[in-house]
Amino acid sequence: MLDSDISSDLQQQVLEAFRNSTPLRISGSGSKAFLGNPVQGRTTDVTGHRGIVEYDPRELVLTARSGTPLDKIEAALAEANQMLAFEPPHFGPGATLGGTIACGLSGPRRPYSGSARDFVLGCQILNGRGEILRFGGQVMKNVAGYDVSRLMAGAHGTLGIMLETSLKVLPRPAASITVTRECSAEGAISSMSALLGKPYPVDGACFHGEQLYIRISGSAQAVQEARGKIAGDVLADADAFWLALREHRLPFFQHSGALYRVAVKPATPPLNIEGTWLLDWGGAQRWLFSGEDVAAIRHRVALAGGHVTVFRGGEHPVPLFQPLPGPLLAIHQRLKAGFDPDSIFNRGRLYAEL
Amino acid sequence: MSHQHKNKAPQINEARSGLVRALRGILPPESLLVDAEDLRPFECDGLSVYRQLPMVVALPETIEQVQSIMRLCHDWQVPVVARGAGTGLSGGALPLDNGVLLSLAKFRNILNIDADNAIATVQPGVRNLAISEAAAAFGMYYAPDPSSQIACTIGGNVAENSGGVHCLKYGLTVHNILMLKVVTAEGELLTIGAETLDSPGYDLLALMTGSEGMLGVIVEVTVKLLARPERAQVVLAAFDDVVKAGEAVGSIISAGIIPAGLEMMDRLAIQAAEDFVHAGYPRDAEAILLCELDGTHAEVSEYIMAVRSILSECGATEVRTAADEAERQLFWKGRKSAFPAVGRICPDYYCMDGTIPRRQLPHVLRRISEMSAEYGLAVANVFHAGDGNLHPLILFDANKAGELERTEEFGSSILQLCVEVGGTITGEHGVGIEKIDQMCVQFRSAELAQFHAVKAAFDPTGLLNPGKAVPTLHRCAEFGAMHVHHGQLPHPELERF
Repeated sequence: MLDSDISSDLQQQVLEAFRNSTPLRISGSGSKAFLGNPVQGRTTDVTGHRGIVEYDPRELVLTARSGTPLDKIEAALAEANQMLAFEPPHFGPGATLGGTIACGLSGPRRPYSGSARDFVLGCQILNGRGEILRFGGQVMKNVAGYDVSRLMAGAHGTLGIMLETSLKVLPRPAASITVTRECSAEGAISSMSALLGKPYPVDGACFHGEQLYIRISGSAQAVQEARGKIAGDVLADADAFWLALREHRLPFFQHSGALYRVAVKPATPPLNIEGTWLLDWGGAQRWLFSGEDVAAIRHRVALAGGHVTVFRGGEHPVPLFQPLPGPLLAIHQRLKAGFDPDSIFNRGRLYAEL
Repeated sequence: MSHQHKNKAPQINEARSGLVRALRGILPPESLLVDAEDLRPFECDGLSVYRQLPMVVALPETIEQVQSIMRLCHDWQVPVVARGAGTGLSGGALPLDNGVLLSLAKFRNILNIDADNAIATVQPGVRNLAISEAAAAFGMYYAPDPSSQIACTIGGNVAENSGGVHCLKYGLTVHNILMLKVVTAEGELLTIGAETLDSPGYDLLALMTGSEGMLGVIVEVTVKLLARPERAQVVLAAFDDVVKAGEAVGSIISAGIIPAGLEMMDRLAIQAAEDFVHAGYPRDAEAILLCELDGTHAEVSEYIMAVRSILSECGATEVRTAADEAERQLFWKGRKSAFPAVGRICPDYYCMDGTIPRRQLPHVLRRISEMSAEYGLAVANVFHAGDGNLHPLILFDANKAGELERTEEFGSSILQLCVEVGGTITGEHGVGIEKIDQMCVQFRSAELAQFHAVKAAFDPTGLLNPGKAVPTLHRCAEFGAMHVHHGQLPHPELERF
């Protein structure tokens, strides 16, 4: 497919929907349609709005239209030896930039480099009144106005249709190795936590199947040096391992039943919840297959200061995202009304009230 | 930028005595300042050309007191301006003569350092540097380091989304905080964000960061801590041409190296700094670059070699690596003293804060130099080169008739230039009261209206820091009428009176 700018067409669709209060279901490739509540409404397909608008490797900034496939962006970056440092999961062959930012998902490098929202510098959106608005910009430092661009990350399209996003990009590390060793969950958690206090260039840490995996990336010298300080054997074909982890293709993810994403402080000891666990993000993001009741899981995770998303296989009408306290929900509702007064965008995808 | 409001209307005085009585029911006597001489230290922040005595200064020390004050002010519909250390450079903490100035200065405790989870929870009045000092026992630190870090507080850092010289590698405040406790305009206590790496719902943490006290009063901050690098080393390079220096910056980054700090100074800034602190800068250079590399020992050694050869290839006339830690500190001292150094060579200076795409640097510096000649005012340029954040310092003498106004106009032209080349009117100092008119240049009416909707979602009656950060559409219409650009009236849809 060729690059194309269909923003005026999208604007017409939104203006019409706004006039008639017709709900719209914003759709990219559908790779992350499993995430969140089902949305009713006329499909607004953003995949035709595609193309890299600007990319100058020396500026470390890339701007692309929302429908641009992530593959294409990653290929362009790779040519200049750069990358999206938040290592976004694709979860499907056609994953788009817009869907990636709207879902706000980040891969294994997240605790060490930052999240999808951390790399957002600016955006162009269509709000619920059909207005095309720009926020942020193409520069690293910008404190003019509220940070609406980062607000879009993880909003699941409920505040507007993203048209364009500018992202900070980073050089790819010159070298990377992964070391692995057998240990208990407790041992893994304390090792991963201890690494947070060390100046080694760790950029991935995962515990899975009684094995701890630590990825070290940076200059050739730095990787060599850190290798001597972190115990374990070098993992062959490490890239395939981290890719499979990012894309949920490790055997662990083949379980049946609901998959929960449990976010906790990284040093939180293993939680006493029946099920099968995989720890990513140095222990800060834990994946769980469990037959237990979601309310019971949420209760126990909340006691540890964490929160739970029903990531896949959740059964309606269980709230898939962690419910919000009343006063925060009220702010969410007012924000939603401020961007999308007739509630036409992705109604209910994130929370029933939005 | 230079207006003092001295005469209080009688109704303000009446409202004031009633409010003071009510505040006495919340705060002990020493936590409430009402006399003009006690109010004086709060009349301005770091941008001292704007001054205004507040109606009253409240210095609460508990979250409950802050909530009670906010409830009272909400009931009475009295505006509130929150203030940290008052080091801000855009007048964001400028008081209102009919408002309460809410100082968070008594919230000075570091509540918890959790090294296992690499986080620290602190009260908003804790100084930026104090967090790193407390974390040092665990081999950790808090990364953002605004140049005022000895004095500025973390609450103010969050309100302004403060940067520093290490932003390119370590990010801004927004990248280094996890959770806030915030008291709303109605007096409700909210937790925004979480101790986990993300939190459910919209990213309100991003909205709060840099919101300049417009959305809530920050009463607790949880920050991320990082492991202190084993080693930091700095390379100084001199150039006979600023364009070459600018290209060297791009070349370092293209080589896949992200320096911890990458700073540029032009000739006037170099000379002022050298005269002031004798940092050993080459006085005859047109530009110098300071490039700091940090990490493990081996990593730093490898990068130093690479950076030195890139700088030489880019035509540096001299490349020097600091011989030891003392010299590294000295190189930085010159840069960090650049503002006061410029202050020594002229009666007054005005610090601008635009960000531009780095490739525009030669064009922007050339235009600034042309404008400098047009306005008859000298400029020293200090540049966070890695992230495109430019601080032109306009030298002037406020005692010379008309010079302050000319300086303001020059500054405004520089900010418009930043917007024209795809940049922004403020990289890290904030909009405050200072750049409120330039917001009309950077944003269209519909975008400003969207900002107002964000504000209303948090503070429906507009009591928090009114008149700052986001201009009213009416104000933009008036500003636009005065500044017609290329024959096009900005915000043409607005009525003009």
